[in-house]
Amino acid sequence: MRRGWFVRVSLFITCYNDALFPDTGRAVVRVLERLGHEIEFRPEQTCCGQMHWNTGYLREAVPIIRHFVKVYRDTESVVIPSSSCVAMMRDHYLKAAEMDGDSKLAKEVEELLPRVYEFSEFLVRKLGVEDVGASYPHRVTYHASCHSMRSLHLGDIPIRLLKKVLGLDLQPVQNMEECCGFGGTFAIKNADVSSAMLADKVRNVLNTGAEVCTAVDNSCLMHIYGSLHRQRTFVRTAHIAEILASGDAGPGASV
Amino acid sequence: MSESEVQATQWNRREFPEAAKDLLQDSQTRKNVQHATNVIQAKRKRVVDELADWEELRESGRQVKAHTLRHLDHYLMQFEEQCTRAGGHVHWASDAAEANRIILGLVQKHEAKEVIKIKTMTSEEVGLNAQLEQNGVHPIETDLAELIIQLGKDRPSHFVAPALHVNKQQVRAMFQREMNLPDLGDKPEDLATAARNYLREKYLRIKVAISGGNFLIADTGGVCILESEGNGRMCLTLPDVLISIVGIEKIIPSFRDLEIFLQTLPRSATGERMNPYNSTWCGVHPGDGPKEFHVVLLDNGRSPILADKEARQTLQCIRCAACLNVCPVYHQTGGHAYESVYAGPIGAILTPQLNSMEAGRSLPYASSLCGACYEVCPVKINIPEVLIHLRGKVVREDQATFAGKFSLWNIGMKTAAFLFEDADRLAMAERFGQIAQKPLVSKNGFIEWMPFMLSGWTQTRDLKAMPAQSFRQWWAEEHSAKKETDA
Repeated sequence: MRRGWFVRVSLFITCYNDALFPDTGRAVVRVLERLGHEIEFRPEQTCCGQMHWNTGYLREAVPIIRHFVKVYRDTESVVIPSSSCVAMMRDHYLKAAEMDGDSKLAKEVEELLPRVYEFSEFLVRKLGVEDVGASYPHRVTYHASCHSMRSLHLGDIPIRLLKKVLGLDLQPVQNMEECCGFGGTFAIKNADVSSAMLADKVRNVLNTGAEVCTAVDNSCLMHIYGSLHRQRTFVRTAHIAEILASGDAGPGASV
Repeated sequence: MSESEVQATQWNRREFPEAAKDLLQDSQTRKNVQHATNVIQAKRKRVVDELADWEELRESGRQVKAHTLRHLDHYLMQFEEQCTRAGGHVHWASDAAEANRIILGLVQKHEAKEVIKIKTMTSEEVGLNAQLEQNGVHPIETDLAELIIQLGKDRPSHFVAPALHVNKQQVRAMFQREMNLPDLGDKPEDLATAARNYLREKYLRIKVAISGGNFLIADTGGVCILESEGNGRMCLTLPDVLISIVGIEKIIPSFRDLEIFLQTLPRSATGERMNPYNSTWCGVHPGDGPKEFHVVLLDNGRSPILADKEARQTLQCIRCAACLNVCPVYHQTGGHAYESVYAGPIGAILTPQLNSMEAGRSLPYASSLCGACYEVCPVKINIPEVLIHLRGKVVREDQATFAGKFSLWNIGMKTAAFLFEDADRLAMAERFGQIAQKPLVSKNGFIEWMPFMLSGWTQTRDLKAMPAQSFRQWWAEEHSAKKETDA
């Protein structure tokens, strides 16, 4: 990376990370600042509208989408530590604007979307960085979330980042690409099927012998950890940003 | 068949979560389903990966089907003209009752008391077998899996491999009982031989056959069927009368288009490069094959789907069932949880549309939206997109009812939308949540029980309590402190 080249990054923390996983936000800030970029946080931000849209509350999602676009339309780049929220934008925002007959919103969406990145995608595809100088001496397994694989097509980007982390012992998990069963309100509406899917996922995670399961989405990790904790397995979960933010002072010291 | 037997082959119309609950406890069925789908998936992957132009084939398939659907009237009329010219008879059935009436009429005209059948899910859709039985005509399924379903008084759980939920020991026990073969072994060849012996004389004796169709070919008036066992070839060639019931969306413009689908369908369906038997026929030919040929073109709820711009792509389906085999929900429950002849992801979008949402309102929610179905679909039906579109319809209909106005879901989602429209409201809700959660938080810092629909989460999952400080609170504190030091 050229010295002095920096990007003004606007962080969209997402609603559930804001309330439930502030450590992930702090980790994103730390990683990007360590790489020399300037982070801003717009306090007007709320949610991407995914929960409403995916549950079928399409009309209710439109004002939320409009709000997001209004807050971010003049930003240089938006970084989001959640692939499913980015997928919501890329897969559905234009459709939502069209459904609402709002051509101005559609145009703004088209202009904004190319500047919206998922966190690991931003590091590798926009900044061209794989080694962020992290150290995390733990046995880790990586769960490929559905939206990161099948909507964002991140491929091995997160794995490339993890492989550059000092001391990290990456263990492959069987059926890495199979859904953990979260699916937003699916986990509640179809709690039994979701639990059965989760049981398979957790069994595969435990089989790796990892201390930590990571992903680019805290939503899947919240689901997986929900079972890991219920069973008192003492296997943890950590968003990939938290691993990449870990420095020489030891894991977790950064956040 | 007695009334209770007819009943056994019909669907209960339970909601998906309720039906799934029962099936999840059936460990034998789950084991069978998971084993079978894993085997087919692995085979599919091998033969798909060897094609360098797989993505182009998918796109071509999508384009041909989408184009045909936009000009469906034209191609159906062309098919009728060509099929009639070749000596076939074309019938139009607007719904299941009409299709059954037409077919029963043809069977009765030939005074047949028995008919042989090639696996046709369209006939399952209209409930043809029960109608025939009630009118004194005994249908005999000749596809091995369908025979297993018929003899076992079971229901299909997968529209390519209808008996996928049954294993060979179960088939053996049932054949021993139903075919009176106490010494039957459980090797696949033993079971196939038993079925062959049972069926062979029927092919030679019975004069009327009923089939479905994988493709209707507009420019030749031909019908095409892909199959693995050869039972189809016998049904298509030996009887005097052949009746094919086919959904109107199965049409393709020209014989040349098979070039695409004969590559994508067998690979997607059974993981084969080509099916062992591919039959296409046009009308009748003296001294060769059936003397009389009928096609029943079935609408049964398809036309209204065409009118729905978002959901129209549902009709591109070529019934390969790759989406069932890859679906993590289907893996857990098998097909019977969908309470429909069309199970899995495609069933979750097709069934509620064919039944105008009366049944299957819970089906659009029977998916985690993981997207695996869309990824494998050989005609690129964006199933998650259609699922969401149908969820939208369900919600809108529900909100319009009196009970719906006061349902916890609708009130909760409306409230959440109100909060998400404005950051001050959201920040206030976060502060409220940090305090209000306290009675639910255990000493270990986790929520292990939640009320109402949220209990679905805590039945198997803990939830870490909300931290005392949200990210936005931390940022505000951090940056006001920074400003002070800077000053």
